[in-house]
Amino acid sequence: MPADRRILSPMVVLGGLSALTLLSITLFMTLGARGKWDFILAFRGTKIAAMVLVGYAVAVSTVLFQTITNNRILTPSVMGFDHLYRMIQTLLVFQFGSGLVASLDPRLRFGVEVASMVVFSGLLYWWLFNGAGRGDNRRSLHLLLLVGIVFGVLFRSLTSFLQRILDPNAFLTVQDRLFANFNRVDVELLTVSALVVLAVSLVGWRWRRTFDVLALGRDAAINLGVEHRRAVMAVLVMVSILVSVSTALVGPITFFGLLVANLAYLVVRSHRHALILPAAVLLAVLTLVTGQLVLERVFGYNAALSIVIEFVGGLAFLFILVRGSAR
Amino acid sequence: MPIATLPLATVGIGLLAVWSLFVGVSDVSLATLFGGAPGGAPDQATQVLLVSRLPRTLALILAGAAMAVSGLLLQMLVRNRFVEPSTAGTAESAIFGMMMVSLLAPEMPVFGRMAVASLCALAGTGLFLAILRQVPLRSPLVVPLVGIMLGGVITAMTEFVAYRQDLIQSVRGWETGDFSAILLGRYELLWLSAALTGVAYLAADRFTVAGMGRDVATNLGIDHRKVMALGLVIVSMTTAAVIATCGMIPFLGLIVPNVVSLVRGDNMRGSLPWVAVMGAGLVLACDIAGRLVIHPYEIPIGTMMGVIGSALFLYLLLRRNGHAG
Repeated sequence: MPADRRILSPMVVLGGLSALTLLSITLFMTLGARGKWDFILAFRGTKIAAMVLVGYAVAVSTVLFQTITNNRILTPSVMGFDHLYRMIQTLLVFQFGSGLVASLDPRLRFGVEVASMVVFSGLLYWWLFNGAGRGDNRRSLHLLLLVGIVFGVLFRSLTSFLQRILDPNAFLTVQDRLFANFNRVDVELLTVSALVVLAVSLVGWRWRRTFDVLALGRDAAINLGVEHRRAVMAVLVMVSILVSVSTALVGPITFFGLLVANLAYLVVRSHRHALILPAAVLLAVLTLVTGQLVLERVFGYNAALSIVIEFVGGLAFLFILVRGSAR
Repeated sequence: MPIATLPLATVGIGLLAVWSLFVGVSDVSLATLFGGAPGGAPDQATQVLLVSRLPRTLALILAGAAMAVSGLLLQMLVRNRFVEPSTAGTAESAIFGMMMVSLLAPEMPVFGRMAVASLCALAGTGLFLAILRQVPLRSPLVVPLVGIMLGGVITAMTEFVAYRQDLIQSVRGWETGDFSAILLGRYELLWLSAALTGVAYLAADRFTVAGMGRDVATNLGIDHRKVMALGLVIVSMTTAAVIATCGMIPFLGLIVPNVVSLVRGDNMRGSLPWVAVMGAGLVLACDIAGRLVIHPYEIPIGTMMGVIGSALFLYLLLRRNGHAG
């Protein structure tokens, strides 16, 4: 990238993004408000909290996932992570019954789900990324992408298969847990998720320089003294936790992470995670809040935000794919 | 491969079809059909057989054969092994067309609906080909990726409109193939796709040559553009007919031709009957399994094929990598 194209310094960009995000949140909280303020603030505040948390989780998990895979077009969602999460949730209910799962403490339940998710996805994606170690060391990117997408289809089909076999009560329990959206967020789960995300972030922030090294690729990272295997495993664990949080709160949003991560690299023009991560988070929150605001106030309806994101994100994905292959 | 295997396979499929006639909640067996069963009502059993079971079995055979053949056809035309109507944007576009008809002209007769859906499928597949032309370096895996993504974008459009108009449920119905609502008078559209499959067989040699690429085809004296157009029309109309009747059956057109080509090679005239027979067989087997697993309820074939088809597709992808490096 030529130096003269870098017009704004990253700090200015981050400052501008923060200001815009704050503005959008203020507008969301106040625009078109009629009635008692304490109700409105509490009602909209929950939505905002959910959007901030989801935006944060999606942005960070995508950037980290792209760092360890060394690729700007992969995201946890494209690789079928969130369908895996749904399948594991369904499997748990299927295996242990809705009564047991429902009576568990939500924190414990969340812990169990995340743990099984981490183990499963860790094994699966470890095998996928390193399985071709015999002979050719790196699987082709397109193969990985396609395999990820098809795994997503497989998990989704298996989930709906299991849900068909579940008895209706158990099905209700699963459905309740899987089909949330921004308008109907479980406050208790929100608190648990926020704490979990905070913990991950504290650990992750101490690793931010390791991420920069990991982004150089496997061989370079090993040469520079990073324990590559351990670091990648740690990142996979963080990603699984963050994906679980966002999926548990609002359900899967496939292309959103791809969109904000690529935008973040575009506006910040740096490879330092200390800059990229906040930029991606701000962009994610800004997009979600503004999108929801426009949908609610301009078009006058709720809950279709994920569909719009899917559309725009899918177009962006196609564009990146075609342009990337053209080079 | 000995010459007698195809008739043998056909007989096997025939047995599956007969079994399919006798699987279900309502008691239909030889005993009830020909009377003599205590308390059995022979008329009712015959009725169930003629109005529900027979049409369902015929629909399964026709739809399975037609989808498998259109998968093969699309693979020839795009020159890629991993393409089929549900990984090329064709099926998703057809669903978009179906939704627009329900929205704008709900009174339209079924042939009109299918015509609109076919046109949309044709446009979607055309868009897919146009995007592919922008990708000079054709990694074989980019092609299905582009198709799946295009399908995702079109589905998002469909759902956005459907969401506002309360049509989500109809859309879900078209997206998940399901034969449980097939009755006499509700599946006849599929004979049209059978006729189109026949046309594909007659033109099979041309498609084989077209599958070698435009330059080779032109050298061999074939109007490549015309053959492409014919193939795309057949694929679009078949897909639209199947979706209008029983919904989308994912991965069928991908798995069957790939398995057949492993055994039989790529001469379309030789492999097309195999593809048709195996397609019908796979759909019959999946449907019977779906009816038996949670009897007396049933699992729609879209779900069954989603599980089996994606697992097989994964196997094909990873196996191929192991061989080709």
